[in-house]
Amino acid sequence: MFLIAVIIASVCIGAVHISLPQFWSILTYHSGLSKEVLFSSQQTAVLFSLRLPRVLLGVIIGAALAISGASLQGLFRNPLAEPGLIGISSGATLFAALMIVFGGHLLSTIGSIYGYYALAVAAFIGAFVTTLTVYRMAMHQGKTVITALLLTGIAINALAFAFTGLLTYLSTDEQLRNITFWSLGSLGGASWVSFSSVLPFIALPLVGLPFMAKSLNAIALGEVQAGHMGIRVNRTKRTVIVLATMAVGASVAVAGIISFIGLVIPHILRMAFGSDNRLVLPGSALLGAAALTLADLISRTIVAPAELPIGIVTALGGSPVFIYMIFSQLKKQQL
Amino acid sequence: MISVQNVSYSAGKKQILNNVSFEVTSGEMLAVIGANGAGKSTLLKLLCREIHAASGNISLNDRDLVLYSIKELAQLRSVLTQHNTVSVMFTVKELVLMGRYPHFENHPSTNDIEVVNKVMNETGITHLAGRDYNTLSGGEQQRVHLARVIAQIYDCPNAFLFLDEPTNGLDLLYQQQILQLARNMADRGYTVISILHDINFASRYADQILILKNGETVAFGPPLEVINCDNIHQAFNIKVKLMDCEGFKCPLVIPSGILI
Repeated sequence: MFLIAVIIASVCIGAVHISLPQFWSILTYHSGLSKEVLFSSQQTAVLFSLRLPRVLLGVIIGAALAISGASLQGLFRNPLAEPGLIGISSGATLFAALMIVFGGHLLSTIGSIYGYYALAVAAFIGAFVTTLTVYRMAMHQGKTVITALLLTGIAINALAFAFTGLLTYLSTDEQLRNITFWSLGSLGGASWVSFSSVLPFIALPLVGLPFMAKSLNAIALGEVQAGHMGIRVNRTKRTVIVLATMAVGASVAVAGIISFIGLVIPHILRMAFGSDNRLVLPGSALLGAAALTLADLISRTIVAPAELPIGIVTALGGSPVFIYMIFSQLKKQQL
Repeated sequence: MISVQNVSYSAGKKQILNNVSFEVTSGEMLAVIGANGAGKSTLLKLLCREIHAASGNISLNDRDLVLYSIKELAQLRSVLTQHNTVSVMFTVKELVLMGRYPHFENHPSTNDIEVVNKVMNETGITHLAGRDYNTLSGGEQQRVHLARVIAQIYDCPNAFLFLDEPTNGLDLLYQQQILQLARNMADRGYTVISILHDINFASRYADQILILKNGETVAFGPPLEVINCDNIHQAFNIKVKLMDCEGFKCPLVIPSGILI
């Protein structure tokens, strides 16, 4: 419900304002339910070719980031495992940047659907390689070594940013603009083409990851213990890593690095409903979608006509909520 | 019934288990005792197929252990390991329900819920059902895990319960509660195998005792036969006195002290 309200609000609010009755009129007119025309053609154009793809892109990316954050946290047995924090997003960015600079002939048609596919695949490979590296470094006998996890994340982040920085020297002006866009994170590049090209890469994890919920619950007890309970631990690990990195890679490919969604959303759900992944995973997808849509709405209206990078909004909105949640949690435990 | 024949296991060049054989029938409880590094935990890992034996055979209910699918195995035996940590916040009831995971796909059946409630009742943790696991005391946490592994095989006849030092770090009351619950499982027809450190507890609760030293069997048999000064001295390298005590079927073992 909240998600639908946020979607409608986001679609309507912006430089070209569309009122609720007008929105309803557009909907009913185009679905053939009503012949009444309460809107201008400019409004229809804005709604269908600009706002709708952007909002939908926000919805699927928010869902993708939150659900992959939630499942990676389950896999690493650590609530700090967030795609941005442990370097997965920057690994994806690096590979996307490599693709932009060196894969020029492939991307000569950037903006076309194949260009986006190539980028999404590159980002996915980057995300996948990073996740495997981090996993190898941080897990010992089924236990996460938290310091190793965070240090690996920091090292990979630094390394990826350094290489991405190097790439900017090799790149042309247009390539540079593309790379900068990736490291800042924005939904500004949304179009029907970008939306439809990443949709399959995100839809698959969104459908598949909730099926891993039970196994991830068991892994919270330890990998050995999960094995004793009849969970195919290695298969679960592989599936979760592939699906989660696919979602993160696809998000990075079209929207760059958007932090905090993958960290805060699953936390909020765990604190509200407990840690059962059967609730947390689908819940994260819904709440993440709503949160990112809302953040995007704020980022493009609050300093209109300019646009605030969406990362600033997610951090500004996310961190106080996060800190408040931690405090209330601590209080509860002291009682 | 579990049958272990000439099982050996080595890690690298180090022989950890050497030609260990024993049999335990349904309704019996076996206690495995021995000094640190005797190979007890390795034996338990072999029994629950966490690792594979270099040679020898292990069979559960007359079927070779390696022939079971992972799901069949999960419905036939449950394992309480040492050092159970729970990485995120789960309630006690959710944890016990995890024991039923081998029995349902995505949603627990009414039978699963019923089993969970019964087991929580039997293990005396019903009043903790809604509590966050990480806020419990050590003894309560251990009972929650025991409830979880009992729930896993609750409605599976002829199943096996493997416990790795289940009384570690618990006070006397909790130690007895845990062992009594294990004993009850054996009395209901399950095969229970538990690694224990306390010889007196072992002889009091178990039907059979296996004494290991450096991967080899020192003795295997009922407590009255295997608990004697020689065996204990050989296995633990300590001198003990045996003392008969009224109401105990087996003499109590009392260390006579060592000089360091």
